[in-house]
Amino acid sequence: MARAIPQRQRILYTLAAWSVGLLIFFPVLWTILTSFKTEASAVASPPEFLGADWTLENYAEVWARSDYPRFFWNSVVISIGSTLLGLAIAIPAAWSMAFVPGKRTKDLLMWMLSTKMMPAVGVLIPMYLLFLWTGLFDTRIGLVLALMLMNLPIIVWMLYTYFKEIPAEILEAARMDGASLRNEIIHVLTPMAVPGIASTMLLNIILAWNESFWTITLTTVDAAPLSAFIASFSAPQGLFYAKLSAASTMAIAPILILGWFSQKQLVRGLTFGAVK
Amino acid sequence: MGKISLKSVRKAFGEVDVIPSIDLDIEDGEFVVFVGPSGCGKSTLLRLIAGLEDTTSGTIAIDGQDATALPPSKRGLAMVFQSYALYPHMTVRKNIAFPLKMAGMTQAQQDAKVEAAAKVLNLGSYLERKPGQLSGGQRQRVAIGRAIVREPAAFLFDEPLSNLDAALRVNMRQEISELHQSLKTTMIYVTHDQVEAMTMADKIVVLNAGRIEQVGSPLDLYHAPANVFVASFIGSPKMNIIGGAEAAKHGATSVGIRPEHIDVGADGTWMGTVGLSEHLGSDTFLKVEADGLGTITVRAGGEVRMHHGDRIGMTPQAGKMLRFGADGRAMA
Repeated sequence: MARAIPQRQRILYTLAAWSVGLLIFFPVLWTILTSFKTEASAVASPPEFLGADWTLENYAEVWARSDYPRFFWNSVVISIGSTLLGLAIAIPAAWSMAFVPGKRTKDLLMWMLSTKMMPAVGVLIPMYLLFLWTGLFDTRIGLVLALMLMNLPIIVWMLYTYFKEIPAEILEAARMDGASLRNEIIHVLTPMAVPGIASTMLLNIILAWNESFWTITLTTVDAAPLSAFIASFSAPQGLFYAKLSAASTMAIAPILILGWFSQKQLVRGLTFGAVK
Repeated sequence: MGKISLKSVRKAFGEVDVIPSIDLDIEDGEFVVFVGPSGCGKSTLLRLIAGLEDTTSGTIAIDGQDATALPPSKRGLAMVFQSYALYPHMTVRKNIAFPLKMAGMTQAQQDAKVEAAAKVLNLGSYLERKPGQLSGGQRQRVAIGRAIVREPAAFLFDEPLSNLDAALRVNMRQEISELHQSLKTTMIYVTHDQVEAMTMADKIVVLNAGRIEQVGSPLDLYHAPANVFVASFIGSPKMNIIGGAEAAKHGATSVGIRPEHIDVGADGTWMGTVGLSEHLGSDTFLKVEADGLGTITVRAGGEVRMHHGDRIGMTPQAGKMLRFGADGRAMA
């Protein structure tokens, strides 16, 4: 039942919501605006807004000075690759946790989540050395593996929640119909969990795209994704705010667009199971 | 072929013995109903036969082959679930074809079998719909269709009519019985409804607390229940069980007499006061407070006019009274 909210209160709520929204969005907006300013205008104090010198120069220069398509391609491969690999491992894992739980399943889930609480720096040196010794350093395969491991607990948790909502009888029916375990997962479970799998996939692509700690630490040139591309503009020559902003905008644009088109799916996915 | 034999089958969940030990033979082509109160282990027993639960010990043989360790997909049985368990993302056609696809049949073979099943079950015009667009009765038909296309050794039904309304339930009951007559395949049917059991079964297995109380034809169970539990579970309304001095007169610990085997008159063996009277049109059920015996249910004719507070006499029909010993078992 909808509650009647007085007009004045409604205006206040709307204002409050917009303020919070703007506050969160402001840094992104400012980055985008700065990317269109000249370097002088970008560092002017007080900050220039209406009277700034607008230019497309930064984009031209960033494009000319670095190999954007290569960074972009690395980001695509790493984020999508790590997500797909993660799903391939997490779907059977979540299946067994949801449908044939053992005594320790709950503990196992908590333990998986607990690894996310550990600060990444804690394993920086071992990871770095391992990557050097195994030849995974600065390779896309290496980063796919690293980011997949980082996000695996989240993928398993999300899928586990979705799978729990699927009636076990339907899977039993598939078994009675002669489906092997593999066919049961491919033909029955996965199609039924498509909305959940899709939002898990989206969220993990975004997480992997935005990841900067490991992507910057474990790459130099060949496998460097867009996070490293941004970092390369805060380089030895000093900080060039306008160019840095242009690079950042170019780095976040693809994921921003993806997020925009899939926001409905994402919100549904993240609140799935919260309300019966 | 579909002969199923259970030998000393035991199932325990942790410390709890749900089924202590069951021996049962189901002949090829039989319609067997497992009936009992909720929690008696009837669904568990069905799931053990299906392979959806592992047996703790004992063996299950299908057509003479030991199937105890086989996964459900390899047992050649088909199951219809209470919730129908249709695949919501597939059309009716794909739902019915799924077991055929799993068996590796060609598209043409699948189509032919699906069309044939759809014709038998009147599903022809619904083949391209998804389960969400069907009514409860139609969904149940699809579930049955999915079961029959496999031509299984036996059908397993787990309370398949519980989710349907009363009128539809009667229809589907008849359809399943007709299906059994035309297919002549073994069917095992689980229900808590003794009317379903009585009307459909060749053989009824009455279960209580994981034990088989009695196995027999519906009329065997009705006329010669093995013990007090079966006597009061089979038949509607329930059999009257009378203990104390009245039973001692017949040399038993308790005696049982069905409501339909008591004649009502102004005078009789027992006297009592009418409490509640239920007029169903064809019958009238009277709950009578009998002097010294407790409440006795009596079935009288539809035209009987009796009301709360009337004094009546009741006479059990000759030879219809059953005697039970101290252990609850029927006495000769």
